[in-house]
Amino acid sequence: MKENVLKVENVTMQFGGVIAVDNMNIVVNEKEIVSLIGPNGAGKTTAFNVITGVYAPTNGAVYFRGEKIVENYPQGKMKKLYKGENNGKYTHSIAPTPDKITKLGIARTFQNIRLWKSQTVFENILIAEHLRRTSNLFTATFRLNMEEERNMREEADRLLEILELSDVRDELATSLPYGKQRRLEIARAMATKPSLLLLDEPAAGMNPQETDELTAFIGRIRDDFGLTIFMIEHHMDLVMEISDRIYVLDFGKPIAEGIPEEIQNNPRVIEAYLGGAVDE
Amino acid sequence: MNKKKEVLISVILIAALLGILRILELNIKPTSQWAMLLTVLKKGSIYALVAVSMNLLNGFTGLFSLGQAGFMMIGAYTFGVLTIPPADREMVYMYYDGGIIKFAVPVVVGLLAAGAMAALFAFLIGLPVLRLKSDYLAIATLGFAEIMRALFQWDTLGPLTNGSNMIRNYPTFKTILFPFIVSGVCIAVIVLLINSTYGRAFKAIRDDEIAAEAMGINLAHHKRIAFTVSSFFAGVSGALLAMFQTNVQAKSFNSAMTYEILLIVVIGGIGSVTGSVISSFLFIASSEWLLRFLDEQHKIGDFTVPLLRSGFRKVVFAVIIMVIVLFFRQGIMGTREFSIGRLLERFGGKKKNGTEGGGKLQ
Ligand SMILES: Nc1ncnc2c1ncn2[C@@H]1O[C@H](COP(=O)(O)OP(=O)(O)O)[C@@H](O)[C@H]1O
Ligand SMILES: [Mg+2]
Repeated sequence: MKENVLKVENVTMQFGGVIAVDNMNIVVNEKEIVSLIGPNGAGKTTAFNVITGVYAPTNGAVYFRGEKIVENYPQGKMKKLYKGENNGKYTHSIAPTPDKITKLGIARTFQNIRLWKSQTVFENILIAEHLRRTSNLFTATFRLNMEEERNMREEADRLLEILELSDVRDELATSLPYGKQRRLEIARAMATKPSLLLLDEPAAGMNPQETDELTAFIGRIRDDFGLTIFMIEHHMDLVMEISDRIYVLDFGKPIAEGIPEEIQNNPRVIEAYLGGAVDE
Repeated sequence: MNKKKEVLISVILIAALLGILRILELNIKPTSQWAMLLTVLKKGSIYALVAVSMNLLNGFTGLFSLGQAGFMMIGAYTFGVLTIPPADREMVYMYYDGGIIKFAVPVVVGLLAAGAMAALFAFLIGLPVLRLKSDYLAIATLGFAEIMRALFQWDTLGPLTNGSNMIRNYPTFKTILFPFIVSGVCIAVIVLLINSTYGRAFKAIRDDEIAAEAMGINLAHHKRIAFTVSSFFAGVSGALLAMFQTNVQAKSFNSAMTYEILLIVVIGGIGSVTGSVISSFLFIASSEWLLRFLDEQHKIGDFTVPLLRSGFRKVVFAVIIMVIVLFFRQGIMGTREFSIGRLLERFGGKKKNGTEGGGKLQ
């Protein structure tokens, strides 16, 4: 049996009276590329935010490689407000900040690109290596960490080389064309050395050619780096081509799960999503 | 321009600067009209340090804090209280039976203690305060500074702080080189920090906090480091200011002082260390010297120039800050840095294409 890399268990996220993610159960296995699709506002990004610690879920738990990393149950005002399922099943509150989760080996990109705008391409990568430092404030300030600093720089350059961004190494990150900014954001996430990569609409705003390049790119980093990838995406060509499995989300609830062929032929999916919403 | 050559030239320039300062000091008599120049240089070097420390926080980490005067005060008092010679304490603390401290530490220890005490306070209030978002952080830090100012004048703490009376008779500096060297070393350390992996993390937090956290940077931890280090150096500059003034009173460390420092940072460029340094000297020169005439009545023949009276200088400063914020938000340097290497390149005629002014620190 393949090991579960990620398991989202009964996760409900309720904002005030609105349920954004409704009793979500998702499993991602080692080296899989799993896609999460669904209409706008279905709760996809919110699911990512729960997995990465941006929000503590209202109820439910998240496991990473068998270890529980997030758990919560309705508390405070939510005790009365909670409208979701499985109330009472969870009794602990584990809510690490996003940096802790990244240190475990889960890295992400953002739907609306969030590069560090005053920094160069190289620096964007370099900063993402900060989390592995062994230096402290003192040794770093007084350059007693020369070797580590050199290694960080070499590694950043190597990553730029592999991901074909060396030619824009010293340009401001935000001066890059859109497609390259997206690729840089993926590269930056890779610099944290994750084993699970979460991509939030990596092809958003890309033209067909850029999308094709990205498709190849994602496949390649999975193979070269032995990554597991969980991805939100709207471009159906991309999703159908590289996904091992697909989850379909509608109004916060997964309504279907399966391999691309199954999803393409699932009547509920066609009705809820593929039928009307896809306008490529 | 290779690095070694740049370092060598920098060292020579620093030595030359110190030499010139020493010669000025030895040749300008206290009664001469140029004596003001020495005052401006001394005070400018002290303000340069506190401005850079504020820039570390506001410009490089993106934390809008207004506690700088408060941390300077903590540093000034710590230094003064710890370095007054025991023989003088009876006189300084005349209303408090000579105070509770009966020893004195050397000047260098006093300076370090000043920084450490300011840093300790910052460390303690950092945890609750740094959770606040921009405007609230500014209000909280300003409030903290005001509370400390009141606290230091509180009669019950008199045996330690001398209440609302002056702290004096502590060692002062004998030469202008002292504040320059201490400030210079401190600013160099701040620059090293900014260029280290921690400094890069600060800039990531400034640029996009959510992305920084998602890339594994612990926000609370790093903000607290920036806040504590910034306050350490504000404390040291407070100690230098105490030495410069020869006496210290809590009431002078008011919010107007923080605004002055903020003005220096904004004029110099938020996110530029050299900008803060240049603008400190400019600011002190204008406020202590060049613009003094604004506070005095002037008569041309029988005609009294209108508006010029005590306090008008403050009005002019208020107008300047408004103009800068409205039209020159970049300040003198923006986020660029002045660098010897680039200057030489410029004079050497070797124009580098396109990269002009791209500072190292941004
Ligand atoms: N912080 C928040 N507060 C309140 N509502 C939110 C918040 N974040 C997301 N939502 C709501 O949750 C729903 C799902 O949003 P989102 O996860 O961004 O959808 P998707 O990524 O699938 O397009 C939307 O109705 C959105 O308005
Ligand atoms: Mg989304």
